Amino acid sequence: MKISEIVKMLDARVLCCEDKTDREVDSAFGCDLMSDVLAYVNDQAMLLTGLVNPQVIRTALMLDMVCIVFVRSKEPSKEMIELARENGIVMMSTNKTLYTSCGLLYSGGLIGTGEVCK
Amino acid sequence: MSDRLIFRFDVEGDDFTSAGQASVQVKKNLRQLGIDSETIRRVSIAMYEGEINMVIHAGGGVAEVAVCEDYIEIVLEDTGPGIKDIEQAMQAGYSTASDTVRSLGFGAGMGLPNMKKNSDSMTIDSTPGVGTRIVMKIMYGGKANEGV
Ligand SMILES: Nc1ncnc2c1ncn2[C@@H]1O[C@H](COP(=O)(O)OP(=O)(O)O)[C@@H](O)[C@H]1O
Ligand SMILES: [Mg+2]
Repeated sequence: MKISEIVKMLDARVLCCEDKTDREVDSAFGCDLMSDVLAYVNDQAMLLTGLVNPQVIRTALMLDMVCIVFVRSKEPSKEMIELARENGIVMMSTNKTLYTSCGLLYSGGLIGTGEVCK
Repeated sequence: MSDRLIFRFDVEGDDFTSAGQASVQVKKNLRQLGIDSETIRRVSIAMYEGEINMVIHAGGGVAEVAVCEDYIEIVLEDTGPGIKDIEQAMQAGYSTASDTVRSLGFGAGMGLPNMKKNSDSMTIDSTPGVGTRIVMKIMYGGKANEGV
């Protein structure tokens, strides 16, 4: 699924790297706990989260993720947006909850790999 | 080893704005060196968790990454409170992190197990009241342990 389609589905506002929204993403991870993101993400290229701090972006960077969606209308700081921009990560913000956002994307075809956490 | 390229970073304690910066820089450096992406990914995850631990549990420390012929070695050294029971600290879910740390998305007790999972060898030397020294080796094309 193209990131631009995700933007539409979530009625989201793109915060940086709008020029990279034609990239394809084929699975995602939704979580507010960065330790779990670091432990369980395999090749999911997109993170949905309600947590807003610079470690969210650094965590995504460590895992080569290309897109971050902030749910529940969370707004990252200027510094966070700059960090994402520098590293080519598309960031967006939606007023939907984490549950609804994931549900919309899943039913829209972004079903991921059905990964199971041991 | 003759040519070991070494990157060294001072990691500030309790500074949540900069926590993770050293790991971001290491990742950039390794990319520039043309290291394969799977190795970089394992180094990134292992170092990031270790760096965050130094920030949140040890009041900061020093991180050194050596690029060697067959592997990358990460050495994390601090003069923090140390770890009393290493076996217990290694258990998934064990954490002494504060609520502040938890509200930042860390402190789930997954860090040390994840560092072990992503490295080919990991040793922890720790003395309560003195500090902690963690050495991780990540082989190029090496196979990290499966599962957390
Ligand atoms: N560098 C360190 N200095 C002192 N204690 C540490 C250090 N690293 C880890 N610990 C201890 O080991 C526990 C487990 O670490 P970890 O698995 O990373 O979980 P978390 O950081 O989420 O608490 C920590 O809660 C802490 O008590
Ligand atoms: Mg930790």
